[in-house]
Amino acid sequence: MSEILAQIFQIGFFTALIRIATPLIFGTLGELFAERSGVLNLGIEGIMMLAAMTGFSTTYFTGNLWLGVLTAIATGMIAGLLMGLLTVSLGLSQHVSGIGTTLLCSGLSFFFYRLIFKQSSSIPKIVAFKTVPLPLLSKIPVIGPIFFNQFALVYIAIAIVPISAYILYHTPWGLNLRTVGENPLAADSAGVNVHRVRYQALLISGALMGLAGAFLSMAQFNAYTFGVISGRGWVCIALIVFGQWSPWKSAAGAILFAFIDALQLRLQASSLINLPYQIFLMMPFVLTIIGMAIVSRNARAPAALLQPFRKEER
Amino acid sequence: MIRFRLEQRDHTPVWLNFILPVSAILAALIICGGLIALAGANVLTAYATLFLSAVSTRFALVETWVKATPLIFTGLAVTVAFRAKFWNIGAEGQLLAGAMAAAFIGARPGLPGWSLIPGMILAGGLAGAFWAAVPAYLKTRFKVDDVVTTLLLNFIIFYAMMALLEGPWKDPLSGYPDSPDIRMEAEFPILLRATRLHLGVLMAVLATPLVWILMRHTALGFKINAVGENARAARYAGLNITAVMIITAVISGALAGLAGVSEVAGIHFQVMAGISPGYGYTGIVIAMLARLNPLGIIPAAFFFAVIITGAEAMSRATGVPVFLADVIQGTALVTMLVALLFNQYRLRWNRTA
Amino acid sequence: MSPPVPLLEMRGIRKHFGTVKANDNIDLRLYPGDILGLLGENGAGKTTLMNVLFGVYHPDGGKIFIDGKQVHIGNSSDALALGVGMVHQHFHVVPRHTVLENLMVGQKGNFGRLPKAAIRKRMDDIGQRYDLSLDPDVRVEDLTIGQQQRLEIIKALIFGARILILDEPTATLTPHETDGLFAALRAMAAKQMGVIFITHKLNEIRAITNRVVIMRLGKVITSLKNDARTSRKRLAELMCGQPIHPPERPVKTVSDASPVRLSLKNICTTGRARTHLKDINLDVYGGEIVGIAGVSGNGQKELADVIAGVLKPSSGQIYINKQLLKQISPGIVQALGVGRIPEDRTGTGLITTLPLSDSMVLPRISEKKFNRSGFLKQGAIRQFVTRLIEQYGIKADGPDIRTGTLSGGNLQKALLARELAWDPQVLLAAQPTRGLDVSAAQFVHQKFMDLRQRDRALVIISENLEELFEISDRIAVMYEGRIMDILPVEEATVSRIGLLMAGVREDAA
Repeated sequence: MSEILAQIFQIGFFTALIRIATPLIFGTLGELFAERSGVLNLGIEGIMMLAAMTGFSTTYFTGNLWLGVLTAIATGMIAGLLMGLLTVSLGLSQHVSGIGTTLLCSGLSFFFYRLIFKQSSSIPKIVAFKTVPLPLLSKIPVIGPIFFNQFALVYIAIAIVPISAYILYHTPWGLNLRTVGENPLAADSAGVNVHRVRYQALLISGALMGLAGAFLSMAQFNAYTFGVISGRGWVCIALIVFGQWSPWKSAAGAILFAFIDALQLRLQASSLINLPYQIFLMMPFVLTIIGMAIVSRNARAPAALLQPFRKEER
Repeated sequence: MIRFRLEQRDHTPVWLNFILPVSAILAALIICGGLIALAGANVLTAYATLFLSAVSTRFALVETWVKATPLIFTGLAVTVAFRAKFWNIGAEGQLLAGAMAAAFIGARPGLPGWSLIPGMILAGGLAGAFWAAVPAYLKTRFKVDDVVTTLLLNFIIFYAMMALLEGPWKDPLSGYPDSPDIRMEAEFPILLRATRLHLGVLMAVLATPLVWILMRHTALGFKINAVGENARAARYAGLNITAVMIITAVISGALAGLAGVSEVAGIHFQVMAGISPGYGYTGIVIAMLARLNPLGIIPAAFFFAVIITGAEAMSRATGVPVFLADVIQGTALVTMLVALLFNQYRLRWNRTA
Repeated sequence: MSPPVPLLEMRGIRKHFGTVKANDNIDLRLYPGDILGLLGENGAGKTTLMNVLFGVYHPDGGKIFIDGKQVHIGNSSDALALGVGMVHQHFHVVPRHTVLENLMVGQKGNFGRLPKAAIRKRMDDIGQRYDLSLDPDVRVEDLTIGQQQRLEIIKALIFGARILILDEPTATLTPHETDGLFAALRAMAAKQMGVIFITHKLNEIRAITNRVVIMRLGKVITSLKNDARTSRKRLAELMCGQPIHPPERPVKTVSDASPVRLSLKNICTTGRARTHLKDINLDVYGGEIVGIAGVSGNGQKELADVIAGVLKPSSGQIYINKQLLKQISPGIVQALGVGRIPEDRTGTGLITTLPLSDSMVLPRISEKKFNRSGFLKQGAIRQFVTRLIEQYGIKADGPDIRTGTLSGGNLQKALLARELAWDPQVLLAAQPTRGLDVSAAQFVHQKFMDLRQRDRALVIISENLEELFEISDRIAVMYEGRIMDILPVEEATVSRIGLLMAGVREDAA
């Protein structure tokens, strides 16, 4: 038994765990900003897909990775604006708007990918991000290689958790955002422009989802495939519920999910358990649903989530 | 300064039922015309190829109807679910469940031949129903968000299907991940000689008025509507919300499951990885375009069948990527959503100093 | 001596919604030190006018002057900057945030630190000046309604309000809390602030204001000084535009022979709700109206939910017509003859997005009358609803019109029709006349009296004490989930009921 454990929990396992968690942290925090402002951003899956494509393509042609990342962020923000137009300005159903955004963005990503790269026999590839060992820190035994010999985007993801928590809980803008998500009337009567705050939240949301997509096609992998996201966006939405709409707990949820995912990858590879590998692929999704069943009863979503805000209505 | 604002309508005029989806589709086509131009093709030629290729010959027309069949089923499935505000984004997974059950029954050697077709329909419907009842149960019992669960269940059943296809169902001779063929007696009869117009097409066309009657003329449909419009008021009025929700899910899932049955028994005669290129998701677009009215499902499903089949011909002829069909779907959903605003509101222009 | 410059002047304000003229050429002046009563029935246009002043609505015409200078108020932050603060009827607070967090919303500076220390200091100042203090670190959901209102007032003052608008501020306060509020308002007036006090309660106008503006159907009827000559009766007639006749309550004594229609024995509840019912015992006899008084949030909603079958008691028994309920659900309770007029007519009553006919047959859709082996009898449904529309004088273009297009009064009539059509043994009604004009309210009360005459049992929950005194045979007072006492209306006085509402029992006082 201990042999099996030793075989699984090597340093490589934890390095992989952090990498799996990174896009989930970006996506979850992106979703978090939107939901705390009262907008469920179901566009997440499509936005990540489109951003993964635009980021990858930009880098493919310019050879500049950071330009690709910026393109992905910009892509996410434009999609966030679309969500804002539909759910904030027009006050349409957030459910259907989000599904529409996802279908549209994923359609666009397929369309443009095929338009740009045609149907070639070899998959177009880029030179992906390399790990950046941090001086001194990466020399620490165990912890060093796991946390401090990672992609630059991983460091950004790790930094964004406390930054998000600080913004949400310790700045006037964060308080306004949370108020807009709880009771838009309260925010409005205190002079806060509810629509503006929700747009800002959706822009941040889209930018972070863009980062998630960029990480997948430019660091985790070095190519764009149609299955590059394969449900990670939806998982982020579940992680928010699991994390009770708190940035720390949601990020912890992302790490827990990544742990399960990394574990199933190891078990798949280790031939310790003889099951079709799809069963392992399924496990994180099944556990996510079970986890949601446990926490959802006592979960308290932002009170104004799904509620459009229209003034002058009688 | 001129400013506009939205004013509530007292009545929704009947003509809006036609105008709204048509204008939404036109808007989507105009927007996507930009993409065709970007791809370097002539917009009109591309659209002409797309639309004509799907309807110009008798054969193409029949094929388009065959393509429309699973879309009618998933469109109806989403319609019933969304009426109750059960956000079933899982028609895709329920379709797969139905297809797998049908392929399982259809290939049983021990069963009498006559029982295969009804058996497949029953098993496929039940499998889809079960796969939709799970999230409905989780929603009513544990308050788990239905959007997330139905989406995740799509992935789960897809992996389960692949495990079967690459495991017990793998073709021992070719090694392809395809399920064994169903028996001859299990294949849906062909209704029109020398075409693929099979029994499933008829079933889909007949299911539509049945769902309309269900929603419009039965107490159950009444309750589904009431729960969807205001679940709290329905509960206070004595309706059993949990029961209504689960029955809704069962009906919705069964309809989606039938899409899978029809694809297996009428077209592919087996299950393989690409059995559904997103029919479940297209069903959402179709249901919204039909404004959740079952009678609108057939034209909406036919339209998207034209788009999907026509896109291939258009792609061959003009080089515009076939994925234009996906973009049109997404765009049409968004434009329809905007158009629906005019269902409840009218635009008023105000001149103020 | 030149006349003083008004703090606020509104000239010729017009605002319409669809075809309804909510404000039709309104003029209003407020001077420093004024406590101005804005009196009118629901629907008179008071709240609309104040929402125009606070920048929530954009007027179709008219001008606003503050300190004699014309101003444009495009949104609430304009209003706040000009020193206009508003305490809405439904508080604009975030229950899950602390008092301090609620007070910091909308403060300047986006990504700096939150101005916690500064706001605490302002809270101390205000606490000393006007005797309005609150614990800054408590979550708002743990405050009483009265404390939440105090939070709203403090918030307005922190924003620097010199003009404070209060919309129906006493509707949910105990008499004692109301006294506290009035003291604070007087202190503000003494500091040369201006207060606008929206109400339809005549006593309060007499008690707190120095001037009254009376509105009716979107117009200012008159503006007068509050002095000895402004009698209650005069104010009432100006407000309603017609002489007032209280409904006649036929004398009726409930004898021992009257059957107990509804009986609650030792009912307790647990669960998520803030208030839990504690040992509720209540017998309601045929032919009587029991009024339930209490400050909102003291268990009235839970009591209504228990009687409606929505909330299952954790212990205790419910008898309807002497029959013990073994299982409890809204359907079962309804089938035994309990009708229900909910407080939120379109929240748990009618469904706004459905046709009126659907809304009105909703609870009875499984009855044989409307349903043949699962299929709807559309003809019977239409006929039934059309008849009710006529009988109850509901103003609606036929049964197919969307429910949400009906006015408040007509929605209430439709609900009443829906519940009374089945001749309930017990009728439960919460805030049955809230938001209704006088004639609609009279209509509702008349229907209650008819039921009472026919030996039915009625439970009426209301925050309007005047209403309860008018129609009840007995008044029960709820406080913190208990029934403090049940008094025959002849023995009840406002002060006795008021003490009970504040949780004070007479023998202890």
